[in-house]
Amino acid sequence: MSFIKESAAGTENTPRETEDTGYNYGYLDEQTKRMIRRAILKAVAIPGYQVPFAGREMPMPYGWGTGGIQLSASILGSDDVFKVIDQGADDTTNAVSIRKFFARVTGVETTEKTTEASVIQTRHRIPETPLTDGQIMVYQVPIPEPLRWIEARETETRKMHALEEYGVMHVQLYEDIARHGRIATNFMYPVKVDDRYIMSPSPIPKFDNPKLDMSPALHIFGAGREKRIYAVPPYTEVKSLDFEDHPFSVETWDDCCGLCGAKDSYLDEVILNDQGERMFVCSDTDYCTTRQQEGHRGPMAAREDISELKGTGPKAA
Amino acid sequence: MTAGNERYPAHDNQRIFRAILLTMSQPGSVTALGNWPNPPENLHPAAAAVCLTLVDMDTPLWIGKNTPNDIQTYLRFHCGCPVVRKQDRGAFGLILDGNDLPDLSEFNMGDIEYPDRSATLIIQVKDIQVGSGVLLTGPGINGQVQIGIEGLDTSFWQFLQHNNRQFPLGVDVILATQTEIVSLPRTVQVGI
Repeated sequence: MSFIKESAAGTENTPRETEDTGYNYGYLDEQTKRMIRRAILKAVAIPGYQVPFAGREMPMPYGWGTGGIQLSASILGSDDVFKVIDQGADDTTNAVSIRKFFARVTGVETTEKTTEASVIQTRHRIPETPLTDGQIMVYQVPIPEPLRWIEARETETRKMHALEEYGVMHVQLYEDIARHGRIATNFMYPVKVDDRYIMSPSPIPKFDNPKLDMSPALHIFGAGREKRIYAVPPYTEVKSLDFEDHPFSVETWDDCCGLCGAKDSYLDEVILNDQGERMFVCSDTDYCTTRQQEGHRGPMAAREDISELKGTGPKAA
Repeated sequence: MTAGNERYPAHDNQRIFRAILLTMSQPGSVTALGNWPNPPENLHPAAAAVCLTLVDMDTPLWIGKNTPNDIQTYLRFHCGCPVVRKQDRGAFGLILDGNDLPDLSEFNMGDIEYPDRSATLIIQVKDIQVGSGVLLTGPGINGQVQIGIEGLDTSFWQFLQHNNRQFPLGVDVILATQTEIVSLPRTVQVGI
């Protein structure tokens, strides 16, 4: 079982064992949380529009998820169950650190199971397991402005959003087709939300874009360095930009996951040794583990020298 | 800013915010806020809870001329907010009686480059029923939802249609009974 509970369940309004009561609840002061909460509500009311907010210094560098943790700090409460993923994995440094941070400053219960989480903070993936009503996804966003690659000036991109002047976005995709014969943008693939604002879905692979469309969950995006918050409410149309003769399509793989045999999940390629051996594994560790527990086996599952990938032991010599 | 609750006011703020977030992201869904806090007469506990959770020194609050003094004093003290008389100056507007609405289009609808700067209105009503009344569609609503509001002037729904046509400009509305809230962001489309 990879499912862990890092804090004991406590009754409401009593600090949990792990909670550090030397800080205000949720690390941020109440006035800051109110400011962020107001920005979140406006972001939800204007789907896809980037609301500026007075981002605070967090106890980690920009680029490590300062936008995401300010959102989580303003959202999380004692009833929540919190999951953090980094590139789909619950057990990477960034994910473990953020999970521990919130276990400490909010005493929140944590999980690795997508189905058990009420709030999921993520860097660059949407879980494979379908999200459900009431769940909140919190995204860490490096560059919130989809038009920034085309127009460097904030004053101009703001006008472009105001006037719905989005022609250049299609020009960028067209240049892809002219150069590569296909739309070569594979992550941070721009979307149009509720037929109005063009939005960057953060650097998720385009494989995950369709999961945003009419999703039952609420998706909130936070950019700490750029100080922007934006959102996609549940049951909202999210369309990936494309052309009639070059329709949007997602990545496919010839291989299946080496551990769980999944053919429908986003796969990472892993080089195994200097003999040129390689394998593909699910990027979503919870999805992969759950499938293996259900008895699914991939072609590489029996190999002894990949115990590190399987999470069952130290790296083999 | 505890306004009459016990040990961990931060938890109350968080709980109320999540209730507001839920209703704002799923327009037409009704959420009970419980009996926190204990405001003066004629200010609904649910409306007071929304004010305490969202309004502070950074957000001027508009309240009508006829608002009783004890309500003004309560909000000034507990929210620490400036109280304004000009409608377009309020980041929030509190309307005590849904049957006695000011001209809602006078509130700040935001700027086309900054539509988030528009006002959020808290309107007190008598009762909210789900399953009958006006038909709502839009982002956050799976298909459609029907809500009936008691104690709300019917001109409100014409305003809400007008409000939606201004998108991305427009105000966002939170309707509050004594204990429950329902939110109507500018994305809501109303079929009357």
